[in-house]
Amino acid sequence: MSYVSRGFRGRRKDAGAGGRVPPGQYLTDDFPVLSAGPTPHTPLDEWSFSITGELDEPRTWSWDEFRALPTETVTRDIHCVTKWSKLDTVWEGVPVSALLEGLDTAAEFVVAFCDGGYTTNLPLEDVADGNAWVVHTYAGEPLEPEHGGPVRLLVPHLYFWKSAKWLRGLALRQEDEPGFWENYGYHNHGDPWKEQRYWGD
Amino acid sequence: MERTALLGRLTWRLAGVAEVVPETARTATLVLDVAGWPGHRAGQHVDVRLTAEDGYQAQRSYSIASAPGEPQLRLTVERLDDGEVSPYLVGELRAGDAIELRGPVGGYFVWEPGGGEPLLLVAGGSGIVPLAAMLRRRIETGDATAVRLLYSSRTPADVIYAAELERAASLEGIEVNHTYTRSQPQGWTGYARRIDDAMLAEVAWPAAHGPLAYVCGPTSLVETAASGLVAVGYDPAAVRTERFGPTGG
Repeated sequence: MSYVSRGFRGRRKDAGAGGRVPPGQYLTDDFPVLSAGPTPHTPLDEWSFSITGELDEPRTWSWDEFRALPTETVTRDIHCVTKWSKLDTVWEGVPVSALLEGLDTAAEFVVAFCDGGYTTNLPLEDVADGNAWVVHTYAGEPLEPEHGGPVRLLVPHLYFWKSAKWLRGLALRQEDEPGFWENYGYHNHGDPWKEQRYWGD
Repeated sequence: MERTALLGRLTWRLAGVAEVVPETARTATLVLDVAGWPGHRAGQHVDVRLTAEDGYQAQRSYSIASAPGEPQLRLTVERLDDGEVSPYLVGELRAGDAIELRGPVGGYFVWEPGGGEPLLLVAGGSGIVPLAAMLRRRIETGDATAVRLLYSSRTPADVIYAAELERAASLEGIEVNHTYTRSQPQGWTGYARRIDDAMLAEVAWPAAHGPLAYVCGPTSLVETAASGLVAVGYDPAAVRTERFGPTGG
């Protein structure tokens, strides 16, 4: 039983969202920025994207090669562990499944790695089955650096810290390797519908 | 990167409200007694949960203002006009009530004495809250870390913990610099603009001293300050940021 807060009624702005708001979340129309450190600014001619780790030949794309890959435009709801959710965000990018296509690997996990040293870990199945994209466009515009540009991971079915900003590649791993926030008390998987915010949730 | 001690699942605890202390027109400090509180580190936050009579719940995160050694847990909350939780905490809650909370949360934006690096704290508005916890930690431990605080407020009346910061600035090794972006006191000769690179160059420890910087405030301030510190040679890994966006509430 929860303690009833005397006189608290709540705004209930989210009542019309038709079950799209996970437990403990509230809706926002803004797009808040949360980062642990300074925003990196890597020049595009020095930028590359790689699939590394448990595979025979690492795969690498330059910016021009990456931008030449076929893209999808997807509309998804996103959920940040700091409690805000944002509905119907529109992204364009390359499906992770396309980047991994034809790849022979024993890996069951990936570590997303980024400019600035940020990492986050995911089961391979969470990014390989049409559930994740490497996006370069938000709401029809190039992704702003403070929101993770030039590209970020988009894994909308998990809390948004898994959608790593300033993404530079995915490292395939046989063992699970907790990433940045996963080492600092945040849940290893991060399913918002199970409210997996912190260790032990 | 060390794994911090895992204290098990973060359970919801009932926190008794001992006092609600107004700080500015928009902010108040909740002084809380939390049975079984496991302790925290300066810079961490908690999740607060409110429940209406019909079971409707709302959760928000708030930075911890108190130093780890203080007997009571203190949260300083800014009232957001269109907020759902903050107007209740700042305007409705009173001594004798209780709220549910769980934590502490966050293991990166934390500071403990002992590293020896000079400490730079850059705050905008209510972003001062977790930084004040670090300053209080420095003072309560008698640590000698040299600290510089740069605090941006709209007006002098918006400064949270004004008197306490003035006392802290009289201590050896602690400097407090204010900038007032909208209106300044009569005869003010200090900074009267948003934080920019020139201000950082004047106030921040030289990069050669190997400083550790914590920046907390609205996104625009954090972006400016963090980029500016990197531009004057700070190691990006030594610039830790936390942001208070316009949402929340």
